[in-house]
Order: sequence, then structure tokens, then C-alpha cells
Amino acid sequence: MSMMQNSDSFSEVQPERPWAKRPEEVRRSAIKFVVAAVLAMVVVRFTGMAGIDGWALVLLGTIVVATYVAARKLSGKDRKNALVAVGISALALLAFAPWLSILISVVTKGYQALHWTYLFNDMRVTTPDDELNMGGVGHAVVGSLIMVAIATVVTLPLGILSGIYLTEVRGRLTFLVRFIVQSMAGVPSIVAGLFVFTTVVQTMGEYSGIAGAAALSVLMLPTVSRTAEEVLKLVPDDLRNAGYALGARQWRTAFMVVLPTVKSGLITAGILGVARVIGETAPLLLTSLATNGFAINPFGGTLGSLPTYTFSLLQYGTEYAVARAWSGALVLLLIVFGLFTLARRLGRKK
Amino acid sequence: MNQARPGNGVASSVEGAAMAVEPEQSFLGLETRGAHAWFSAHHALANVSLKFPERTVTGLIGPSGCGKSTFIRLLNRMHEFIPGAAMAGQVLLNGKDIYAPEEDPAMVRLKIGMVFQKPNPFPAMTIRENVLAGIKLAHLQRDDHDSIVESCLTRAGLWKEVKDRLDASGGSLSGGQQQRLCIARSLAVEPEVLLMDEPCSALDPASTLRIEETIKELARKITVIIVTHNMQQASRVSDYCAFFLTDGGPGYLVEADDTRKIFTNPKDPRTADYVQGKFG
Repeated sequence: MSMMQNSDSFSEVQPERPWAKRPEEVRRSAIKFVVAAVLAMVVVRFTGMAGIDGWALVLLGTIVVATYVAARKLSGKDRKNALVAVGISALALLAFAPWLSILISVVTKGYQALHWTYLFNDMRVTTPDDELNMGGVGHAVVGSLIMVAIATVVTLPLGILSGIYLTEVRGRLTFLVRFIVQSMAGVPSIVAGLFVFTTVVQTMGEYSGIAGAAALSVLMLPTVSRTAEEVLKLVPDDLRNAGYALGARQWRTAFMVVLPTVKSGLITAGILGVARVIGETAPLLLTSLATNGFAINPFGGTLGSLPTYTFSLLQYGTEYAVARAWSGALVLLLIVFGLFTLARRLGRKK
Repeated sequence: MNQARPGNGVASSVEGAAMAVEPEQSFLGLETRGAHAWFSAHHALANVSLKFPERTVTGLIGPSGCGKSTFIRLLNRMHEFIPGAAMAGQVLLNGKDIYAPEEDPAMVRLKIGMVFQKPNPFPAMTIRENVLAGIKLAHLQRDDHDSIVESCLTRAGLWKEVKDRLDASGGSLSGGQQQRLCIARSLAVEPEVLLMDEPCSALDPASTLRIEETIKELARKITVIIVTHNMQQASRVSDYCAFFLTDGGPGYLVEADDTRKIFTNPKDPRTADYVQGKFG
């Protein structure tokens, strides 16, 4: 055999994965799961346990038993390993359950009232008890988007600037700024609403979208600021030093080197802020109230919003009203989902 | 040339055998007089007086922790970014003290550039934008960015490899290429002095060789000061060498001389031991 090698010498070698599970192992765990699932169904059928949650609970028990039986031949260490693996997977599913349950109920209950005209109509001439093909959620979508957009325009620069102050400038007031941001994060939303009610609404003498946006800004700022700070902390000092060594001043380094480096993280900070406030109801009831028809002037008069739309329809309690309320919640979820997708697109590198 | 040689009898010690550097108005290049550095209460560097004549390469050698990096950061006012940092003495560029109250630190760093141990191209910028970053960051007015990009990348020995992908991200290059990109970036603002803090310690031998060629090329136009742990590298690239040491206290300059002299016939036996690999 020659000592000289090149890439052609290895053409007959096939890639393998010696660390992967062997087929018989996969088969064994599949059998284990099927046996446990059938056993759980039998138990649910013949005992007081009922429904999908009862079945899931019993399944957890039967899987533990099945794992124990399957592992009886193994050493003590391997048996313990198998049981802990089952426990951890079960807890992970448990944590996943509320999320899935919310999503499923909003989609299954919300889709009934959802149709194209629903998105573009308002409730001016429709009563909550009218058939679902009448009226719509358009005014609430428009109102919510207006208020959240104003809140974002106000909050995003402030939050990023405070993040820059905390990580780049590190001035004498760092302690104070961090303290204020953290206290703001602890303000209950109704208190933020009351604050804006007494300062803006009573001064202006009427409810308005701008008051709603102000209340949302108060709630949004700490989220944006803290996320921005965390993101900026991730920028290695090497990059700042490189900027300074090129004769750049601190502000220019912060804006031209540090911020572009974490662009996608800062977009995420904004989106987290939006997600934090777009579903807020209590502060809006005190500031922008709600409307039945389209309103687009944020500087005077009430403005509709998705949370107050859902809230007021639920108050009616009739079948169609409740169906509309669920659809409002579904539209809210879809908007948040759409914003997240958009942000991912924007944040992606060229 | 002889009078411009650094450390001609400039050796100093912790005991403070202060050596007189005669005021020499005509000296062109970088010079330190009795430079000290502290990190809070920790005295990291004591009484370093050295001259770096223009258009030469000086290697700073010595074991870890002897204050070489601290010294080099003192030379372009990067030392002061560390909280608790303090200094004493003078650093003169062409006879002017860069720590004088009227001096603008950003302008000082524009004239005295720096390349770091770890390659640090700006990840959000393309190769081309990285080269031009200093011009934008420091608000310099320059026409013809294309020729600046080409000439800087050529001088850094990177042009041939990247000329067809100037719009790729700086992070897409290999480690050695990234470091050469950082050198090109430093050159674009036309510094008079380039400080290099172990620029090759993270690179493979081929990239190291490439950067050493770059350094020799640069020394035709600018002054280069390079910290290195690699004795061969110091002997290959530098005209002068300065040997630093610490005895547990602050680091100090043992001796500085012609590179050939440091490696063949140093004055101090500790220098001989170090360059021959007997310790450190």
C-alpha cells in the first residue's frame, strides 16, 4: 500500500452512525409505548378516569411501569437512567401542555366567526347577537395596530438608548436607570392605566388612542430596555476596542459597530415588547375605551382594540357574541404570529 | 541611523535607575519616557523608556505577565479604557506628548493604530465595509473608496484572495484572512504607527508567514511595534527588540537593542537565557 493518499482512495467507504439507536432498540421502545397506551385506554375505560387528560395521566403511570418492566434485566444504573429519562420527558410534555391547550382552544373556538369580510368590517350596524356572517373585527385590528405602533415608535428608541447607556456609556446613573427600569417592570398594568387616566385622559377631557398608546408604552419600555441591555451585553469587547483603535468616539462606535452587530436581537427586543402589550386590556379600558365602528384618529375620541373587543363581547355571553370574542382572540394571536415572522425576516442577515 | 537606535544604553530597572533620555527635538517616531502603568493598586509596569524610530519594526518580547500588552496599550491610549487604570511618564509621537491635556484620544488612536491578538472584523459588515470602517467611524473625508480598499487589502496581502467577494461578510474568512483584514482596516486610516499585540498567536504557520511578510512590507512606510511570544518571529520580522521581565512585581524593561545583538550577544544574561529558551 502506498503512503501517498488522495480523496479518491476513500470512494468505497460508506458513512455510518455508530452512535445512533439500533433498530431493535427503536422497536422495543415503540412496543413499550403501544403497550402502555393500550393499557391506559383500558384503565380509562373501566375506571373513573375520563377524557384526554385522564388518559394522559394514566399513560404516564403505565409508561413508568412498562419502562420498569422492560428495564428489569438491566443493571441498577441503567434502570435508573431509563426511569429518569421517562420522568424528564413527561415533565417536558407537561410544560408544553398549557401552550398547546391555549392554541387548540383559540383555534377551534375562534375559526367559526372567521371569514374574509370579518377582517374588514366593523360592528357599527351589527349587534353582537347577529349572525356570524355580519359585522367584523376590522375596527379593533386598526385601533390595536395604531396604538401599538405609536407605543413602539416611542419605546423602541428609548429602550435601545437606555440599553446603550447601561452597557456602553456605563455612566454614573447606571444604578438609577437600572433601578427605574426594574421597578417599571413590576408596575401592574391597571396602575399604568390609572396613571395615564389621571395624567392624559383627565387633562384632555376625553378618552383617546394616544392615551392608550401612552399606557402601553409604560408597560412596554421595561421589556424593550431589559432585552436590549441583555442583547448589547453579548457584543464582545473586542469589537468596541477595534472601533476605538480606529479613532472612533464612543457614540460612533456604539451606533456604527455595536448596534448593527446585534440588529436582529434589537428587533427581537421590539417584538417582545409588542407581544407584551398587544393583549393588554385593563389599561385600555381606562384610556382608549372601545368603539363599535372604525376610528383612526388617535388624538381624540375612543379607539377600538382587539382585547377590549374580546372583553366586551364576552360580557354579552350569548352564543354569537362569545364566538366573535374567540375570533377576536384568534386574530390577536395571528397578528402576533405575523409580527414574529416579519421580525425574523427583517433580522436575518443579508 | 545609529543615533535613532532605541535603547542604546536605555536599559532601566525597577530600582529606578532612571536613565536620562536627552531631549531630542528632531526624533521622529514614537518614544516613551519613564512610563509606568497601574491597574488600581496593582503596579503593572515600571519606568520604561524606549524609542521606536519611524519606519522600523520593534519586537517586544518577554514572558507572560511582564507588562508587554499593558505597555503597548499605553502607546495609543487604550489603557485608559480599563476601569481603575492609571499611568505615569510620557509617550511622545514625533516629540509631542500624546497624553497632553489638549490631545484628543480619538485622534491619537487614529495616528497610532492597533491590531489585536484575536482577529476582530466587524461581523455586521462586508469585507469592503470593514476596510472602510475606520474612515466612516472617524468621519474622514476620502474620495475614491475603491482604490483605498484595493491598496489596503493589497498591502495587507489579502487582495488576491478576496477581490472577487468584497461583499461577503468579514466573518466568512478564515482566521488568518480575518487578521489580515483587520490589518487592512487599520491601514485605511493611514496611521503613522501600527501596534500589534500578538497578531499571530491564534494563527497557523502559513498565515503567520503571510502576516510577517505583510509586516516587513508595512515597515517601508510606517512604524510597527509587535508583541510576540515567538522568538523566531521576533528575529525574523523585527529590526529592534525590547526584552521585558517581571520579578513578581511590576514588569520592567531589561534591555533593548538591535535584534541581531539581542539574539547573539545581549548585554544582560537573563536576555540570553530567555531568547535561548532556558526559561519563560
